Amino acid sequence: MSISRKKIKSELPVFSTASLPDIVFMLLFFFMVATVMRNDTLMVDNELPYADEVEKLDKKNMVIHIYVGKPSSRYKNVGTEAKIQLNDKFASIEDIKPFVLEEIKSKPEGLRPLLVTSLKVDKNTKMGLIGDIKKELREVDMRNINYTTKIGEVTNNF
Amino acid sequence: MARRLAPQVNAGSMADIAFLLLIFFLVSTTIDTDYGISRRLPPPPEKFQPEILIKEKNLFRVELNQINELFVEKKPLDLKQLKAAAIAFLDNGGGTDGDYCSYCKGARNPKSSDHPNKAVISLINSRETNYETYIAVQNELVSAYAELRDREALRIYGLTFKQMVGYLNDANYSGSKTKLREQIKEIQSLYPEKLSEAEPVSVEL
Repeated sequence: MSISRKKIKSELPVFSTASLPDIVFMLLFFFMVATVMRNDTLMVDNELPYADEVEKLDKKNMVIHIYVGKPSSRYKNVGTEAKIQLNDKFASIEDIKPFVLEEIKSKPEGLRPLLVTSLKVDKNTKMGLIGDIKKELREVDMRNINYTTKIGEVTNNF
Repeated sequence: MARRLAPQVNAGSMADIAFLLLIFFLVSTTIDTDYGISRRLPPPPEKFQPEILIKEKNLFRVELNQINELFVEKKPLDLKQLKAAAIAFLDNGGGTDGDYCSYCKGARNPKSSDHPNKAVISLINSRETNYETYIAVQNELVSAYAELRDREALRIYGLTFKQMVGYLNDANYSGSKTKLREQIKEIQSLYPEKLSEAEPVSVEL
């Protein structure tokens, strides 16, 4: 009886871990390809709304990012009102013009008309602030804008 | 001379290295979106030419109030019906003689827009409107234009407008791109995007 037991035990399959590196590499490549290194550390909540009539922003280096949202939990000391973030700093509405002009200046002259301002706005922001930003952008003639969104049905917004 | 064998490299630690890299990328990944609704703002106020008078029937008023309610032509409307209402307005083609629209398939109601070239959608929002509602409305209006353009592109060139734009950005496209660009311009001119946005209205208490 004891012999037969031993036999069963020895027949337990041993699974090979030889393919483990392959699986890990596969995951690694996926993340390497999917990763977009973010230049700015987000200081505001940035839950984007959904939309489906979207276009892709092709030229990554021809995009000016403006983030808008409530300060995230680490920055509660600046209040709970929606704020604008330019680069790594909170900014006020007057800072937009110099910031955008600086960005335009840093690009070669021929490519300047291709510049796009990407507005990454938290979905709970009030439109008043967005309207003010758009007014500022109009005044510096930075007219191509992109309301950056997640891709999905608009009904996901509600 | 004895052939020297290349020393065997131990590959056992490869998995560890791969894990290390994997964890680095896992942690640093922010799957960032770079998709969005593209719009073009009107020129700066000082260059702005005085508004040409638009006939009331050629204007489609979309309003969003401070509690995110949608009003179309002063009547409340559900967001789901906005696209159909916008298409009905743009595609109406009620004009006669010089304004006659040969490709419109709308109701030809003389009280609605004359011609897609003249039809203007005016979007007004309050300062208190939520951004997500605004985006939802923008999306519906853009998709109304997209649907009409798709229909005309399919009728004239047998391709949807989206496909045409896709081919234009496709490096492997075999046809002539200058021709394609002209065709796209033509479709755009059939249904030009005329979306006017006034300054947000302040709330009067």
